[in-house]
Amino acid sequence: MNSTMTPEEIKSAPAGNAEKPPGAIPKPDHKPAPAPAVSAARPVAALTVKNLSVFFGKHQVLKSVSLDVQARAVTAIIGPSGCGKSTFLRSLNRMHELVPEARMEGDIRLFGQDIYSKDVEPVIVRRRVGMVFQKSNPFPTMSIGDNVTVGLRLNGISNRATLAERTEKSLRMAALWDEVKDRLNAPAVSLSGGQQQRLCIARALAVQPEVLLMDEPASALDPLATSKIEELILDLKKEYTIVIVTHNMQQAARASDQTAFFYLGELVEFGPTAQIFTSPRQKRTEDYVTGRFG
Amino acid sequence: MDAQMTSAPVSTVPVAGRAQSGSRLADRAFRFLCLAGAMAVGLLLVLVVWQLLKGSHLSMSKFGWKFLTSKTWNAVTEDFGALPFIFGTIISSIIALLIAVPLSLGTAIYLTDLAPPRLRQPLTSLIEMLAAVPSVVWGLWGLFVLVPALQATLYPMLQKWLGFLPLFQGPIYGIGLLTSGIILAIMILPIVTSVSREVLRSVPNLQREAAYALGATRWEVTRIAVLSYARRGLFGAAVLGLGRALGETMAVTMVIGNTPYIGPSLFHPGSTLASSIANEFTEATSDIYLSSLFELGLVLLGVTIAVNILAQVMVRAFTTAETRRVA
Amino acid sequence: MTVSSTNHTFRKFKSLALNALCIACAVLVILPLAVILFYLVQKGASSLNWAFFTGVPKPAGAPGGGMGNAIVGTLELLLLASIIGVPIGVLGGIYLSEYGGERLNTWIRFWADVLNGVPSIVWGMVAYALVVLPMKGFSAWAGGLALGFIMIPLVLRTTEEVLVLVPRSYREAALALGLPQWKTIARIVLPTAMRGIVTGVLLAMGRVAGETAPLLFTAFGNSNWNHHLAQPIAALPLQVFSYAIAPYDDWNRQAWAGALVLVSLTFLLSSGVRLFLGNRLQKNT
Repeated sequence: MNSTMTPEEIKSAPAGNAEKPPGAIPKPDHKPAPAPAVSAARPVAALTVKNLSVFFGKHQVLKSVSLDVQARAVTAIIGPSGCGKSTFLRSLNRMHELVPEARMEGDIRLFGQDIYSKDVEPVIVRRRVGMVFQKSNPFPTMSIGDNVTVGLRLNGISNRATLAERTEKSLRMAALWDEVKDRLNAPAVSLSGGQQQRLCIARALAVQPEVLLMDEPASALDPLATSKIEELILDLKKEYTIVIVTHNMQQAARASDQTAFFYLGELVEFGPTAQIFTSPRQKRTEDYVTGRFG
Repeated sequence: MDAQMTSAPVSTVPVAGRAQSGSRLADRAFRFLCLAGAMAVGLLLVLVVWQLLKGSHLSMSKFGWKFLTSKTWNAVTEDFGALPFIFGTIISSIIALLIAVPLSLGTAIYLTDLAPPRLRQPLTSLIEMLAAVPSVVWGLWGLFVLVPALQATLYPMLQKWLGFLPLFQGPIYGIGLLTSGIILAIMILPIVTSVSREVLRSVPNLQREAAYALGATRWEVTRIAVLSYARRGLFGAAVLGLGRALGETMAVTMVIGNTPYIGPSLFHPGSTLASSIANEFTEATSDIYLSSLFELGLVLLGVTIAVNILAQVMVRAFTTAETRRVA
Repeated sequence: MTVSSTNHTFRKFKSLALNALCIACAVLVILPLAVILFYLVQKGASSLNWAFFTGVPKPAGAPGGGMGNAIVGTLELLLLASIIGVPIGVLGGIYLSEYGGERLNTWIRFWADVLNGVPSIVWGMVAYALVVLPMKGFSAWAGGLALGFIMIPLVLRTTEEVLVLVPRSYREAALALGLPQWKTIARIVLPTAMRGIVTGVLLAMGRVAGETAPLLFTAFGNSNWNHHLAQPIAALPLQVFSYAIAPYDDWNRQAWAGALVLVSLTFLLSSGVRLFLGNRLQKNT
C-alpha cells in the first residue's frame, strides 16, 4: 500500500520517513503546519466516504452513505435516535468492528488512504483517528498525567521530557491545564464530570490524531461544562478535523461548519451548517430541524 | 396461580374481625419461623466456635500458646504442637495459589474477552463440572495416577535442573508437599476462575472502548482497561481460592504422606491441619490427644474464617463499587 | 511523531502471544476434567456389575463384594441432611427475601458466605461433639447432622437469590386482594420460585454427597447394611477412601468403581440438573 498523498496535502511532507512498513499507512511527521492556503482553493477533504453501508448480521444500519469531511473544520452529524449516527462515526475509526457480526461495504479514505484496505490494521487507524465518548471514561487506576500519556507510552515513547511536554500541550488544548497542573498525580476520578471529559479529550489529543471523533461529548454534562466543551471545539478546529455526533441541534448550529442529517440509516442531506438550518433542501431535513419530529 | 389467588375472594374478605386477628397470628408465626431460619446462620457460627473451644479446652490449658510454636507431635509422650501442620497447610496452599491463580486468570480473560461468544457458556459449564468432582476422587486419582507419574517424570527433572535449590533436594517419594499443592491447585481452579470471570465481566465496556480508541492492541486493552481496573476483585478471587485450599482435606490426606515435617524440601512428605485431623481423629486414644486435634481444628477454623472474611470483603467491595458506578 | 514499525510489530506480536497464552490456560484448566473422567471410566467401569451395586464388602483380602450398602448409605445420609438443611435454609432464605431489613440482611448474607467457607471436617467435629460423644457411638444421625450443617447456608443463599427474582407485582397483587402475607409467600411467591429453589437444593445435595471428611468420625462407615439410624452407616465417599488407601488390589479396583458411581451422582445433582433446568444460579459454591 503506497502513500498516495493528494496534491493539496497540507501537512508537511515526510522528511526522513525511510521506513515504510508493508501495509502500514505511512505516518507523516506531524509538525504544526503553516496556515493553510485554502481561501480560493477547494477545501481539502480529510475523510472521503463513498457508498458506506454497515450491517450487523442481517440488519442494515447504514445505507450507502457518501460524504466528504472537510479538513480543519467541524462536521456535525445530526438525526433522531437510531438513525445510524453513532455507527457512522464508529466506522470512521473502525470501532464498529468490535461488535460481533459487523460488516461494512464501501470506501473510506483518510487523506486519500483507504483505511479498510486489507493491509491496514485497525490499531493504526485508531491512532490516527481519535475518539471521545458520550460518557467520560478516564482510566480510574491511573493518575491524571498517566491518563494523558497512556497512548504515547503504548507507542513506545518513554522519554520523560517528551511526555511532560506533551502532557502540558494536550491539557492546554483541552482547556484543562490550569485546573490540574498542580495535581497531575491525583487520580483521574477525583475530577468533576466536565473535567473528566476534557481529560479524555486531552488523552485523545496527546497521540496527535489527524481527525477527532466526538460522540455526543457533552450530553452527560451540565450546561456550564457543555459550553466549555463547545468553546474547546471551536478552538480545536484550528488544528484538527472534528466530526461530532450530537442530539442537540442548537449545539450543531453553534459549533459546526458542515452538518449531515441522517435518518433511518440514510444520509438525507449534507451541506454547510448555515444552509442546513436556514434553507434545507429536503423536506425531511426541514421537518427535523424545525422540530416537527425527533 | 390464579386459582390460589381467589382463595380469598374480594367480596368476602373481612375488613376487621376475628378472621383477621387469626391471620395476623399466622403471619407472626410464619415470620418468626423464617427469622429462626435466618438466625441459624448466627447460631451455626456460635455453635462451631463454641464446640471447638470446648473441645480444645484441655489442650489449651495444658500447652497454652506453645501449642502454636511447638514442633513436637507425639502421642506417646502426649506432647502436641501444631507448627508442622501449620507449616504444611501454608506451603501446600501457597503452591496451589502459585499454580492456580495465573491459570485461572488467563482462563477468565479468555472467557470474558477472547473466546467466541458461542463457546463461552459451554466452557463455563465445563469448568463448573470440574467443581463437582469430590475431593476423595481427586485423592484417588492423585494417589494412583499423579503420584507415580510425577515420581517418574517431573520430579527427577526438577531435581536435575533446579536441584541447587534446597526446595528440590532430598529423596523423591512421589507423595509429599509439592504433590499436595498440585492437587489443591486443580481443586481451586474452578472457584478462582469463576469469580475472576465475574469480576472481569463487571468491568464496563466503556473502559475497553477508551483503550481501543487510542489504538491499543487487544492485549493492551486487556492490560490497561480491564486488568488494572479489576485488580482488587481479582485479588479477592485469589484469596477466596486460598480459603478453599486451606480447608481441603481428603485429596491432601491421600497424597501428602501424613508426616509432621518442617523443612525446605518440597518432595518430602508433610501434613496439614485438616489432613492430620482426618488421619488421626479416630485413632486418638487419650483425652489430651483428642483435645489437641480439636485445637488443630480451632486453628484451622480461625485461619479459614479470617481468610474468608478478607476474601468476601474484597470481592464485595469491588462489586458494589461497580454497581454504584454504573447507576 | 512517527509510528515506529518495529514498535508496532512488537506490540502486535506481544498481543498475539499473550492471547495464545490465555487460550493455553483455558485448555489447561479444562484438561483435568477430561483426564479424571478418562481414568474413572477406564479403571472403574469394568468393575461395575450387579454384585457391585447390591453386595456388601467382603472381608479384607477376599475378592468380590460390592458397595451396595455404601450407595444406600449415601442416599440415607442425603435424606437426613436434607431434612435438617432444607427447611432451615429455605425458611431463612424466605426471611431474607421477604421480611428482612437492609442491614440485617447484609450481615446474614455475609456470614452465610463465610460459613460456606468453613472446612467440612470442622462440621464433622461439631457433630462428633454433639452426637457421637453423648451417644457413645457413631451413627447415621451424626453423619446426617454434619452434612446438614453444611447444607444450611448453601440452601439459604440460593433460596434467597431465587425468591428475590420473583416480581414484586405478584406480591402486591395478592396483598391487594386481601391475602395475608404468609399466604402470599406460601401460595404465590414460593410456587413461582419453586424450580429455582429445587435447583438450589439439588446443588447443595450434590456438594454434600461427595463429602468424606465430615463422615470420617460421625457416620464412620459400616461393612454391612445399616438397620438403625443410631448405628454407624456406610457411605460411598467413605468407602472409596478406605478402599483406596487399603493394600489390597481388589479393593483399589473397587475404589475406582465406587468413585465412578460417586462422580456420576454428584454430576447428576450439581450439573446435570442445572443444565436441564437452565442456568439460573451463578453461584460460586
